[in-house]
Formats: sequence, structure tokens, C-alpha cells
Amino acid sequence: MMEQEHLIDLKDISKDFDGTTVLNHINLYVRKKEFITLLGPSGCGKTTTLRIIGGFEYPTTGQVYFEGKDITDLPPYKRRVNSVFQKYALFPHLNVQDNIAFGLKIAKVPKDEIRRRVDRMLDLVNLSGYGKRKVDQLSGGQQQRIAIARALVNEPEVLLLDEPLGALDLKLRTEMQLELKSMQQRLGITCIYVTHDQEEALTMSDTVVVMNDGRILQIGDPKRIYDEPANAFVADFIGESNILRGTMVHDELVHFSGYDFPCVDAGFGEDAPVDVVIRPEDIMLVGEDIGQISGVVKSVLFKGVHYEMMVDCGETTFKVHSTIMQPQGSRVGLSIVPYNIHIMKPMSEEAAK
Amino acid sequence: MIDMSLPWWGWVLMGAGLAFFLLLIIVSIRRNHGVKRSLFASPYTLWMIIFTILPVVLIGYYAFTDTNGAFTLNNFRNFWDSNYESNKVIMQAMGEAGAAYVSRGTVNVDTLVYSLWMAFKCTVICLLLGYPAALFMADRNMKLGPTLVVLFIIPMWMNFLLRTIAWMSLLEDSGLINTLLKWLGFSGVQLMYNSNAVLLGMVYNFLPFMVFPIYTVLNKMDFRLSEAAADLGCNSYQTLYKVIMPLSVPGVISGITMVFMPSVTTFFIPRMLGGGNTMMFGDLIESKFLVEGNWNVGSALSLIMMVLILISLSILRKADPNGEGGGIA
Repeated sequence: MMEQEHLIDLKDISKDFDGTTVLNHINLYVRKKEFITLLGPSGCGKTTTLRIIGGFEYPTTGQVYFEGKDITDLPPYKRRVNSVFQKYALFPHLNVQDNIAFGLKIAKVPKDEIRRRVDRMLDLVNLSGYGKRKVDQLSGGQQQRIAIARALVNEPEVLLLDEPLGALDLKLRTEMQLELKSMQQRLGITCIYVTHDQEEALTMSDTVVVMNDGRILQIGDPKRIYDEPANAFVADFIGESNILRGTMVHDELVHFSGYDFPCVDAGFGEDAPVDVVIRPEDIMLVGEDIGQISGVVKSVLFKGVHYEMMVDCGETTFKVHSTIMQPQGSRVGLSIVPYNIHIMKPMSEEAAK
Repeated sequence: MIDMSLPWWGWVLMGAGLAFFLLLIIVSIRRNHGVKRSLFASPYTLWMIIFTILPVVLIGYYAFTDTNGAFTLNNFRNFWDSNYESNKVIMQAMGEAGAAYVSRGTVNVDTLVYSLWMAFKCTVICLLLGYPAALFMADRNMKLGPTLVVLFIIPMWMNFLLRTIAWMSLLEDSGLINTLLKWLGFSGVQLMYNSNAVLLGMVYNFLPFMVFPIYTVLNKMDFRLSEAAADLGCNSYQTLYKVIMPLSVPGVISGITMVFMPSVTTFFIPRMLGGGNTMMFGDLIESKFLVEGNWNVGSALSLIMMVLILISLSILRKADPNGEGGGIA
């Protein structure tokens, strides 16, 4: 990727709060018109990263570049980014219209242009006619859309979103995800999105950045993150998985759960300890005697689209997703296609690096 | 020996009341329901009746009667014209010819106007001093904030008479400030016995009542709102007057109420720091009751004061309909 295409560059960013390290030497770039998501459990540093980009926090070390220029020392009001805050932070003393117009008024945009742009924004977020309403008369979803409109009306280079859908119920959240994504594509705006919801991240993003303990664990497009997690943590955090300790017998053969399994990974060396990740939906339930390994169904949970079954195979218990239910107590065989077995270096070794 | 000057029936009455209340509690605890909960409020209702409602009724009674207990409006005429009684005598004795010798005594009205003016000045100064103080105290980035809060509270633990007398020893001719000035070679300054000294005393005494309501509102305010303002292009001054100030209005109104009301009725401070050269409405009422012994005129003045306070309260309440300031408004 050429340097010029980077809109935002974070170079070696660290942040300490009273001696605790929240961000540990982060390097990240954001391309123009990209929808990039910072994903991780709470306390992983994703919000702090966003606040550093917004200018609300000052990094302990490192620089923030915007279109190649160092903006580390620039206060928030001079940055060409706008934020949608976690709990919206709409101004309670202003009505909807004045909330949206706030940034334009500060920028001293002519009055008729303000009116035009505010109306267009209200239209865009499907709230035309709500201009005179008080902010606290709106539902959570409406407030959320006003918060987005208030940021977008300023036509920022980058839109920062800090778990903007966190307070909404599931159905509304799914709707807003699609709406937000289509808005982003229509307006061609760069979005940096923070969430702890992996499904949301996979649905909306062009690029997902998985973070934990102030470090970036993996950067990639959603499919790559899901299919080829860099380590057991990413595999565990993105979707459900069976994570097992195993040994690489030699290239393309891995030993776990008491048996040898053919796989497609190589280059770990012989008899090397590894982490093995298998998605529950990648395990096929077959007849007891034709499986690679057999076990007893310990429990069955109905999950809507599929059943979740725990299969006890002696040494390990596998989580299996299948649309066909096997009754509890029945003996089944498990079969795993080689390329669905993901081999990765053990976490402890990864951390030691 | 303690002088138990309450008559025997007073003790009996009090004992009976207490016994009745305890009985009420026991009964309702045992039956768990049946006794109205509002009965528990009866001691407090009684207290309010004896010490709030009854005095107000008495003030109303005295204000509209003369010394013989007959209905009259003369007490209010006396407020408007303090020479009213003597003018009446002149007019009775001299008829139309006496008009030349009649003059309106404006001391009562003047004192009220002066009190309102002083209270206004005090409120404005308290606001100008208190708002920045509250801002500093509520600022999350100021490590000194909590210390400042305590420093503002500590003087409030002392009686306001003590605080006022302490100011005297600072300001008087042989006081600390003048001693220091003379020691430095300057000639002394007259600091006491003028309205500025009174104003100083008032501001000093009432400042916390301005600071704390504003501080409370600012402290409760979502700090993300100022971040949102900064995000939308406000520098810190714009954030202050576009977001923080409008949102702190309830606190300001509460502060204004809690400073203006007691300021109007200030007494003692003018007598101590003003040395009798200045008199405020509170002192006037006090002197009517305690010096002149004229309860009727004193009550009329009190009533006028009360009406003024109620009017300003209702105006302030309009500006803060939700009572968010957490004050008495």
C-alpha cells in the first residue's frame, strides 16, 4: 500500500493512565473511504485509540498523522474529524435542528446554507419533520441518528464512531448497521468504528482490527479474520471455536485429542506444540464408525438456525454446530476436513515475542 | 439548678403527645396496615403549624391591626410615609394650612430600595466570583478541585456572627490591614463603617450559597457534552458559553435565589461592618420590633418583604421549571 493513500497513520502510539499501560506501541493506518473497525473486549484500548485520533487524549508516545501531517498536538476542534459518541452526547438545551446545526454555526456557515444542509441531513437519517423536537423526546434510535447527522453535516474527512449502536435493541441495531453502512458507501466517507460486537464488526467493516490488552493482534478484512485467525485469542473472540492444545507431528499432520489429523499447515517444525482452532460448524457429525474420532453427545441446545451439541470424545469435548440434531446420549463420529483445521503458534509463545 | 420553667400541664401535654405517637407506631407495626402512613407525619405537621404557619398568621394579624386590635391599613401607610402619624396630627390641628408643614418620611421605602440594591450588587458579585470558582471545582482536570470544595465548606461550619466579627478585626482602624499598611509606611485607610464594608461582609457570607448549586449542576453535567462541542469545532471559550453556561442555568438560578433572598433580609452585618451608618431592611424590621416595640408596623414591613420574596421566587421558578438546580427555588 502506498503511503499517500493513508488518510490517518498511527505511529508507535502508547498511552499510560497513572502507570497502567492502556495502549502498547500501536501502529495502524486508515485508508481513504475505508470502514475500519477496532474490535476487542472492554478495556482492550480500542476507545482510547479512537479518542487519540479524535484529539481527546494525548498519546504518551508516538505520533498521529493526518494526510501525512503530524496532528498529534492539534486540539480536537481543529481536526477534520467528527465523532458519534457512545451515549450520543446530544445537547439537551438545543432542539434537534440546533443540535445538527451546531458545528456549522461554529464554523460561521451562512444561515440559508445551514438550513439547507440540516434539512438534507434530517432527510438522510429519515427524520425530516423532527427538527423542532426536543432531544429528550426522541427514542434511542432516533437520538442515535441525530448524533450521526450532527457529525456528518460538517462533512468530516473521517467519522469516528464509539459503539454508537450499543444502547439499541437487537432488531434496531441490525437495521442501523445496514443503514450506517449504506450511508457510508453513498457519501464515500471514512469511518473508524469501535465495537466489542464481533458480528457487527464482520457485517460492516472493510477492515477489522482485533485488539486485546492494548495491542493489535490482527488486521485484515472480515473474511480473513474469521477464516484465518492469527492466534487462539482472535479465533475465540471472533465467532465460536474449539481451541485445543496439540502437537505438530510433521508438516500437514497434527496430533490432538489422542489422534493424528491431516491438515494443510506446514512450517511449524516437527513435534512442535501448537494451538488448534476448529469452528463448531466445521465439524461434521457422521456415523460412529466412519468418523475420524467418536464420542457421546452430552448436551443439545437449540439455537434457532442450528443445534449446538457438546460431544465428549474422552480427552476433549467438542462444540459442534449442525442443523441436524443428534439426541443426547447417542454415539456419533466426528469428521473434520483438513483445511478447516487451523494451526497457530501457542499464545504464550506469541506473547513472548 | 436548671430552671424547668414549663408549667406542669405543659409536661403532661408533651408526654401525652409522645405517648400517642409511640402508640401509633406500635399499632401500625403490629397490624402492618390499617393506620394511615400520613399519621407518621403528624409530629412534623404539628411542628410546621406551630413554628411556621402560626407565626405567619400572627404577622398577618399584627400587620392589619392597630395597638388596640382593630383593623387598620395605617401600618402600610406608615411604610410608605414614616411621618404618617405626625402628619395626621399636624393636619388635624392646622387643617389645610398644615399642608405646608407636612412631608413624606421616606426612610422605610429608602431602606427597602437600598436593601434591594445592596442585595442585587451582592448577588452579581457572588455570581461573578462564584461561577469561575464552581467551574474550577468541577473541572476534572484540576487536581485542586476537591481541595477547593473543602476550603469553601470550612467557613460555613462557623457561625456567621463570628465570621462577621472576624472581618471587623481585619478592617477596623487598628485592625490587621491598617496595622500592616502603617507598618509599611502608608497612612491608614477607613475600611469600616461604609456600605462597601457591608457589601464585603455580605459577599463573604453568601458566596458559598452561590458556588455550591452551580458546582452541583456542573459536576453532574456529562463531560462528553464538552467533548462533543470540541469535536464540532468549539474552542474552550466557545464550549463554555455555547454549552456549559446554558446547561448550568438551573444552578445559577438556584444560586441567585439562595443569595438574593437572604441578602435582602440581611441584618447584623450592616450594624457591625456599617457601624449604624447604613441600615438594611432586616435591621429596620428588627428595630421596629425590639427597639420601638411597634409590632404592628414591624409586621407590616415583614409582610411586604415576604410578598417581595414570593414574587421573585415565582419569577425565578419560571426560569427553572424543573427545579434542576436542587435549591429552594
